[in-house]
Amino acid sequence: MSAYNFAFFDEGSKREIRRATLKAIAIPGYQVPFASREMPIARGWGTGGLQLTLSLVGKEDVLKVIDQGSDESVNAVNIKKLVGKTTGIRATEETSEATLIQSRHRIPEIPLSEGQILVLQVPLPEPLRAYESSELVTKKLHGEREYSGAWLMLFEQIMRYGNMSTGADHPVLVHDRYVMAPSPIPRFDNPKMNRSEALILLGAGREKKVYAVPPHTQVVSLAFDDYLFQTESSAGNSCKLCGATDVFMDEFVHEETGETYHQCNDTSYCLSRLNRKVLHQEVPLNG
Amino acid sequence: MAYVAVRGGTIAIEESIKRLKFERVKKGAIATIPSIEGGMRGLIDQVMSEGSLYSETLAAIAIKQAEGNPEEAVFLLRAYRSTLPRKHYSRTIQSEDMLIERRISASFKNIPGGQVLGATPDYTHRLLDFDLIQETEEEARQWLSDFQEIQEKESDLRDLIQYPKVLDYLRKEGLIADCDNQDQEPDDVTRKSLEFPTSRSQRLQVLTRGQTGAVTSLAYAVIRAYGSVHPTVGELRVGEMPIYIDNPINQKTEEDDAYYLGEMKLTEVEMLIPVTVEKERGKKEIEFEIGYGICFGQNETKAIAMGILDNCLENKNPQYPTSDEEFVLFHIDSVESSGFISHLKMPHYVTFQSKLDSARKTKRQENASQKESNL
Repeated sequence: MSAYNFAFFDEGSKREIRRATLKAIAIPGYQVPFASREMPIARGWGTGGLQLTLSLVGKEDVLKVIDQGSDESVNAVNIKKLVGKTTGIRATEETSEATLIQSRHRIPEIPLSEGQILVLQVPLPEPLRAYESSELVTKKLHGEREYSGAWLMLFEQIMRYGNMSTGADHPVLVHDRYVMAPSPIPRFDNPKMNRSEALILLGAGREKKVYAVPPHTQVVSLAFDDYLFQTESSAGNSCKLCGATDVFMDEFVHEETGETYHQCNDTSYCLSRLNRKVLHQEVPLNG
Repeated sequence: MAYVAVRGGTIAIEESIKRLKFERVKKGAIATIPSIEGGMRGLIDQVMSEGSLYSETLAAIAIKQAEGNPEEAVFLLRAYRSTLPRKHYSRTIQSEDMLIERRISASFKNIPGGQVLGATPDYTHRLLDFDLIQETEEEARQWLSDFQEIQEKESDLRDLIQYPKVLDYLRKEGLIADCDNQDQEPDDVTRKSLEFPTSRSQRLQVLTRGQTGAVTSLAYAVIRAYGSVHPTVGELRVGEMPIYIDNPINQKTEEDDAYYLGEMKLTEVEMLIPVTVEKERGKKEIEFEIGYGICFGQNETKAIAMGILDNCLENKNPQYPTSDEEFVLFHIDSVESSGFISHLKMPHYVTFQSKLDSARKTKRQENASQKESNL
């Protein structure tokens, strides 16, 4: 790949993205506009995350890429391949070993630690977009901290469905200031953002925004006193492979019996538990 | 082992990529770069314009790699473009300097300099020419040399004449308000993302990079029903525009020190749009506004459509979505729209599972409340 610079970008572009990133870290939850570049992967396929990753990656970094929980999902493989090809750095599936983790719509099950950077891919960075289509207006609403629309949205869901019916991307309040889209992570992952040890960066390539949750920042999912925030229920389910219970699970239907079963969505977490099971039969499996 | 089922993405991708190459070459014939540059001028012009990179050869490579799919070719070109550093900015160009190949006005029959039809399919019958099946390169070369021979005999000095602009004539008549050159440095939308309200230079850049079909469709909506603009083509010109940069060594900015880089083929359109202007004591007069369109290559429909949208965005009639700059500018980029639509093919297992949970929860609640009311 000699036609391209280390990590694809010219150094000027990297510097500019890092500058936007620093601003994002300084104002937790605030969407910083940046001159998002066209990338060799499609807009909407993780170009925001990829630009952050490429602007940050150094020769010593170890990269992990996950897509909806899987290290081997086609898009994760594709992104990993591109970063590998333009930097030559090592990739890993082991969460604890990675210095840089790019993820689409999941935060790994293993708690992240100090010094790690989690880069989340964001399709729609604007949490207020659902009820206000104009960028000019939403920018003003954030500036004035006018979030009644966000609360009303949840209130209307309660009126209509008896409960908040957000799926993934349940809005959060960051550092008591900005309402932020956590990217379409399941509600199950929202609490992992609160006072995270690792730096969390969020990149929206098509929408040309970068925002951040610096380590130890308070992140609260929007909810009411009498209607509490609820994560997806995994009640009674356990992973068919490793037996884990308190994790986010994929649902499968058995082809022959038609019976429903579950597996860990975080495949590398599941795999490492399985490996432990093979190596040390005595390790208790539901922990 | 059981969990093998969720793995194997890497190998599957490799095989899929092989499959793609197979589709490109399976007929045992390949399009060469010269044959694409020779025979696909229309596609090259469209790809260069939407790709926002002027290079016929790079566009031809992109078209070959994309098997002629314009959205894919534009994507390739843009991804390459974004790695290129900005070394120089050109000197301002004046479209009066264009070396005209085609130039028409739909507003005036007798424009100073005359109508020059140039090359266009506008006056052809769109009947499939089955003779092209048999066309050989030898025949083409023969036709070409005959054609050139006649050209040489008949040519006058016309070829290099620069034509006056049609609109200057209207300005002299006082039908269009005179305007000064706006020589402030344009914003660069690829270096700084759009913020609203936008500047005219930002709007023109986004429009000229826009997807041909998208720009055309929106402008069509304007003139059909969703706009109050009734435009006429004041002047449409297609030709080569010489590009210069200031001398990079001695930093001089005089024209004589400038370096000639080459020529770009451009389509430029000035649309005339009649508007009612209120004068003193409620008196109304009709004047003309201008909508401006310009694109790389010969892309006439797109340039005209751009001219219409430019005027709509300038006037911002809140009645129509086509005058809403966010609505227009955010949705006409080929790479962005095709990217986000195609991302729906990616797995959404987690997000869907999460929504499923909410759906089940509301269902459970409904059942529970039904039971309660049955009691």
